[in-house]
Amino acid sequence: MRMRVSEQDLEALSIGAAILGTGGGGDPLIGKLMAQQALAEYGPVELISLDNVNDDDVVFPVAMMGAPTVFLEKIPAGDEGYRAVTRMERHLGKKVTALCPIECGGMNSMIPFVVAARMGLPVVDGDGMGRAFPELQMETFSVLGVPGTPACIADEWGNVVLFETIDNYRLESFARACTIRMGGYSHLVDYPMTGKQVRDTAVRGTVSMGIHLGRAVQAAQRGHRDPVQAVLEATRNTVYGHGIRLFAGNVMDVSRRTTDGFAVGRAQLQGLDQYSGQTMVIDFQNENLVAVVDGHVVASVPDLITLLDPETGIAVTNERVRYGQRVVVIGIPTPEIMRSEAALKVWGPKQFQLDIPFIPLEEAYPEFYQQVGVPVEKDFRLSTPRAASRFDGQVERHG
Amino acid sequence: MSHRLGIDVGGTNTDVVLLNSDSEVVAKTKVAVTTDIVTGIRTAVALVLDKSGINPADITHAMLGTTQVTNAIIERRELNDVAIVRLGAPATKAVKPLAGWPLDLRDRYAQYSWIVEGGHEFDGREIAPLDEAELQRIADFVKGKVGAVAVTGVFSPVNTSHEERAARIFREVLGEDIPISLSYQLGSVGLLERENATVLNAAVSNVAQRATLSFQQALIDLDVHADLYLAQNDGTLMSIEYALLYPILTIACGPTNSMRGAAYLTGLTNAVVVDVGGTSTDVGVLVNGFPRESFVAVDVGGVRTNFRMPDLYSLGLGGGSLVTESDDGVSVGPKSVGYRIVEEGRAFGGSTTTFTDVAVALDKAKVGTHQVELPHDLAAEAYQSALQKVAEAVDRMKTSAKPIPLVLVGGGSVLLPNEFEGISEVHRPENFDVANAIGAAIAQVSGRVDRIFAMEKKSRDEVLEEAKSIAFAEAIRAGADASTMEVVEVEEVPIAYLPGNAVRIKVTVAGTLASYNAETRTNTARTGTNANAGQ
Repeated sequence: MRMRVSEQDLEALSIGAAILGTGGGGDPLIGKLMAQQALAEYGPVELISLDNVNDDDVVFPVAMMGAPTVFLEKIPAGDEGYRAVTRMERHLGKKVTALCPIECGGMNSMIPFVVAARMGLPVVDGDGMGRAFPELQMETFSVLGVPGTPACIADEWGNVVLFETIDNYRLESFARACTIRMGGYSHLVDYPMTGKQVRDTAVRGTVSMGIHLGRAVQAAQRGHRDPVQAVLEATRNTVYGHGIRLFAGNVMDVSRRTTDGFAVGRAQLQGLDQYSGQTMVIDFQNENLVAVVDGHVVASVPDLITLLDPETGIAVTNERVRYGQRVVVIGIPTPEIMRSEAALKVWGPKQFQLDIPFIPLEEAYPEFYQQVGVPVEKDFRLSTPRAASRFDGQVERHG
Repeated sequence: MSHRLGIDVGGTNTDVVLLNSDSEVVAKTKVAVTTDIVTGIRTAVALVLDKSGINPADITHAMLGTTQVTNAIIERRELNDVAIVRLGAPATKAVKPLAGWPLDLRDRYAQYSWIVEGGHEFDGREIAPLDEAELQRIADFVKGKVGAVAVTGVFSPVNTSHEERAARIFREVLGEDIPISLSYQLGSVGLLERENATVLNAAVSNVAQRATLSFQQALIDLDVHADLYLAQNDGTLMSIEYALLYPILTIACGPTNSMRGAAYLTGLTNAVVVDVGGTSTDVGVLVNGFPRESFVAVDVGGVRTNFRMPDLYSLGLGGGSLVTESDDGVSVGPKSVGYRIVEEGRAFGGSTTTFTDVAVALDKAKVGTHQVELPHDLAAEAYQSALQKVAEAVDRMKTSAKPIPLVLVGGGSVLLPNEFEGISEVHRPENFDVANAIGAAIAQVSGRVDRIFAMEKKSRDEVLEEAKSIAFAEAIRAGADASTMEVVEVEEVPIAYLPGNAVRIKVTVAGTLASYNAETRTNTARTGTNANAGQ
């Protein structure tokens, strides 16, 4: 598949990427406006599927790293990503042939388009998480053995810092420290890959999925149909599983604190309509981690948990969720590549100090998934004897 | 004895109330809005003076809520050219000013727009030293070409110095009279929305000036020489001097005034407020006596902004709403005869069936001058469908399933019943029909702070105290009596990925006007204090 991405597509992507951001990932608004300005200035960008990537292509993931709140205030200069990419080319002595996002959730869905427009490069339809995660080692690229470095970050002044680290955890740590000195965020190129590597390791079709979700919301808004239902239907026959409505309610309490730079907190929802009398608790660390209804875990990381505004279908991020707000909570099964044993060691519940096993949505809601079905690659889950109950234990976050 | 005038100029009526120093309603009136607005105000104020027999000289304060500024933006009327200056280069160039604006406005405003070196980082460091020479060049270039200046600096809510220095440079070149809007006065963190609000503010500065000065003149014509205040979106007041600088803050004061009035008239601080007018119904929620703020960025005339706005659910349903029959059944609204109800509505001898006529026919309300006969089934179905809409809106705005009181205000509220599902009790306060003007008259002044604080070296309590003391100081600067000030809102949002456990803290406090308190206590003449609300 090849498609020319227009400014309208970016509009749709900003809506879809916020849904895939699972409460974090940053508001895509500024990223969208940057990409739209870049497209207006340099022309359209082509989105190509992984199947159109050749073995010896050179693919750079490009992203923004740092504090989304700062990004909303100190908008980028626009050429930071370009500087990081060209510096990486010089370092490797190779010309880049395509760019890709490291995460398709939130603002980072947009950054590759800013650079791609300027350089006349295509963007690859796939990313390293199929959602948003807080740290640089939380990438399928990393899980499947691609080194994060050489990596480089750039600021609006033209400062570029190049990293060579012994592992991807250290890349995360050093790049984060440097980013703070750059004023709170930087632009980043890491996990430089061959075409074969990106084909073998990326989560497929996630950028077009974001556009698809956004278009579904827009169509529902125009047609005065239920936008939440439209989102759920749009997940059908994708690399994700069918999305499910988990809860509807009013936000009764939001507690938040910052710990080591992470926005950690908990939102409590009081049920409405068929959920009347029930309470949902959502724990988040930048992104939503776990959703618990009356003591039962109903969804957990890495499956996607997203709060939507029931009127508009627009995702409600954890920075914006407030007391009194009415929301619908949906779950979307994460792509299978995100659920491997090696993957869960990097982003399973335990990696976020949650003492619970990961139970896929299909297992928590077997009846629903018997009905709607799951993608072929996930079929085994419904036939396993484990397809049983949700986890009913205590959910306590340690540390 | 000192008196206060509360004036609310809405879409249909100009409401005026006269309150005595105990805040009791001495006289009230409603007159139709006139095209020039001012004639209606003059007529209405003259009427309450006449009714009450109060000497105009005894009126010490006049509080005005107006939609003039809103209409100017929506109708693109009398907007002036603006020099748009952003302080942030080399950062921020990736999204130029006016991004996302409607094309007609963008085309018009893009010609005088610049991004200049300057601005600050989240922690107050400079991004770049302010390029004063460039600002000087811009000022010389726009001299005689623009009617106002809008300056927005990166992280100006954290450090105001570059915006203020830029203002001084423009002031020197362009003179004392040109309005200069500074973004830190208008919005919070979020550069584009704050910049948008600042540019809009600058664009309406001439309209606002003409409107405000003609209001002032209307009162002077009637020998009312009061301190004049304007109601703003958050339910508090600003002095006329401040309103001239920041007119955009008046943009949603109408529904806010109704809600504040509802709170005052019932003594309730947490309730749902339903304000029924001629063409529309606004449903809002009082939290600690003030309207709950909107969760989302609000579009004004197609431009995304982030200044404080009340969280409202508006329905196209009012006393003048048309009743129509179709294959799908009977519906009420959103079309309305508006103020023409007194000629066209059946209850007034006309031939158009409105929501009012339905209520009258069913004997749910006594309005108008004529008996209304309607087929019972039609009337019952129409009434039910209208009630359903209101009930849904009320339920949507409630924060929990727990029953909560509801206050009915506005002229059309007589049409609604005394019971709603999920509502503990329905209040119909006396003077409900002029709740908005009362809300303006009893409004307080506020102070606020919205900044990023580091919690590394201080405890949460210390940081909150620091934020509160800044807000208190702002309120006092705005003219509040320190002994009456209360914290209205506290919000903390931790900022991810910043060192020092950074938290964005927003605190709002409000208090009674010190000048008013001084007068009511001593019953003396005007103190001449210039209140200055906002921030």
